[in-house]
Amino acid sequence: MSVLVYTESEQGTFKKAALEVASYAKAVANQLGTTVTAITINVDDASELGNYGVDKVLNVTNTQLQSFNANGYAEAIKQAAEKEASKVIVVSSSADSKYLAPLLAVGLNAGYASNVIETPASTSPFTVKRTAFTNKAFEISQINTEIKIIGVSNNSFGLVENSGNLSTEDFSPSISDSGIKVESVDKATDKVTIADAEIVVSAGRGLKGPENWGMVEELADVLGAATACSKPVSDLGWRPHSEHVGQTGKPVASNLYIAIGISGAIQHLAGINASKVKVVINTDAEAPFFKAADYGVVGDAFEVVPQLTEKLKTFKAQQ
Amino acid sequence: MKILVCISHVPDTTSKINFSEGDTKFDTNGVQFVINPNDEFGLTRAMWFKEKQGAHVTVINVGGAETEPTLRKALAIGADAAIRVNAMASDGFSVAKQLANVIKDDTYDLVIAGRESIDYNGGMVPGMIAGLTNANFVNNCIGLEVDGTSAKVIREIDGGKETVSTTLPLVIGGQKGLVEESDLKIPNMRGIMMARQKPLTVVEPIEAGAETTSIKFEKPAPKGAVKLVSADNLDELVSLLHNEAKVI
Repeated sequence: MSVLVYTESEQGTFKKAALEVASYAKAVANQLGTTVTAITINVDDASELGNYGVDKVLNVTNTQLQSFNANGYAEAIKQAAEKEASKVIVVSSSADSKYLAPLLAVGLNAGYASNVIETPASTSPFTVKRTAFTNKAFEISQINTEIKIIGVSNNSFGLVENSGNLSTEDFSPSISDSGIKVESVDKATDKVTIADAEIVVSAGRGLKGPENWGMVEELADVLGAATACSKPVSDLGWRPHSEHVGQTGKPVASNLYIAIGISGAIQHLAGINASKVKVVINTDAEAPFFKAADYGVVGDAFEVVPQLTEKLKTFKAQQ
Repeated sequence: MKILVCISHVPDTTSKINFSEGDTKFDTNGVQFVINPNDEFGLTRAMWFKEKQGAHVTVINVGGAETEPTLRKALAIGADAAIRVNAMASDGFSVAKQLANVIKDDTYDLVIAGRESIDYNGGMVPGMIAGLTNANFVNNCIGLEVDGTSAKVIREIDGGKETVSTTLPLVIGGQKGLVEESDLKIPNMRGIMMARQKPLTVVEPIEAGAETTSIKFEKPAPKGAVKLVSADNLDELVSLLHNEAKVI
């Protein structure tokens, strides 16, 4: 009956989102008066999970699951859920988790709520609060099925330490051959991704051209932030599509979102609204973004951004 | 190649979102409905397959009669036929079951659905169709080529992209990148006239309970006024972010 959490890893190391969903699963387990079991795939050392409320780890080591494949991963999680007789399964909002969760839902005939931002308001009936209408509203959703899958929105719950006695057990689910073969992966490993980032620095057409992105990257570097851009910027080809955030781009739910030279069209604001604190830097004091921001600087990005970077460097050095 | 494009009927991206009946229903008053943007990228890619590889393209939607103008628009853009499953689209799982039922009766080589709708953002329909019909599935698809029964698909992953090879039948969760924004087609008069002659079949739904139910909606709390910091005093901004907002 334990709450099952899928704790994602990359090259054997847990992603930050894995520790967040473990923290969330612990809170739900407390509500239900049960324990937390985590399933890990190809992780060498899962002991870190013991700090976030996990009681037991099912450790899968399987060469078929060396690279991510949604079907195989969903099969492994399904079998773990059956073994533990879990009624609640918690996953993150990473691209991979959102890819496998619908397959898992079909496999377990489970109701699935994605983009959940709080622990269940009630466990009988089982209701969760999730973002909808691309962050323009919240939906209270009731999951009617016996088995429930919760996709937790990134950075919505945070990390909560909870140490206990962690037991680890090897688990060998049977995995069928995947109909999908990974040919190549093209990924910048030295950069913070928008999905994982606590801080996102984003810029728009106000930067006038792709050659001016150096200062955005410098600011992001100082903050350990991911870089992002507005839709016109990716449409113009100044920045890759993968950086486009907004309604049709990537959603952002960072702790701090800094918007430079972005006017703040409704579609852009919808995509980034889940961010907790928003700072806008724009020459136009009438830009709609100022109405949605917490802090604003009316000024020329070409002067403000390099200065802000210097100030932050000094600040960081003092910390 | 037979392609099915799933079309969600959603409020236009600039719509103000309001609720009625004690915040339990989405208020459609004055709302302009459009083809879900993530679906439109997929539809446009399907048009490319039609032009270059002779594909036959059917569009499908689960909804009441009020969603038919959205299907007609898809026909005007160039789809050959439309199907409307006559049921209220309640939750993603039940929609996927209705769609899977149509797909089982009338097999398709390629099913394209947006990675998520911009209204409920469930992100579950494409994956669930694949699960229910035992088809291969690639989500967050930003590139797709088909050669015979083989497909090469590019998937956006956190921090980059991945190229995979697979075989038909295939379901993809599409998004921007599948085609460029500038490739999207606005229906011309000829397309609109022709769309009136194209078949739009209404099929009755199967029994499918709702796995999840919307209980209530809330709107975000109104935002306080922005705190403006002078461009000459950025130390204050650093201090506010550290001491007040506590985010650095």
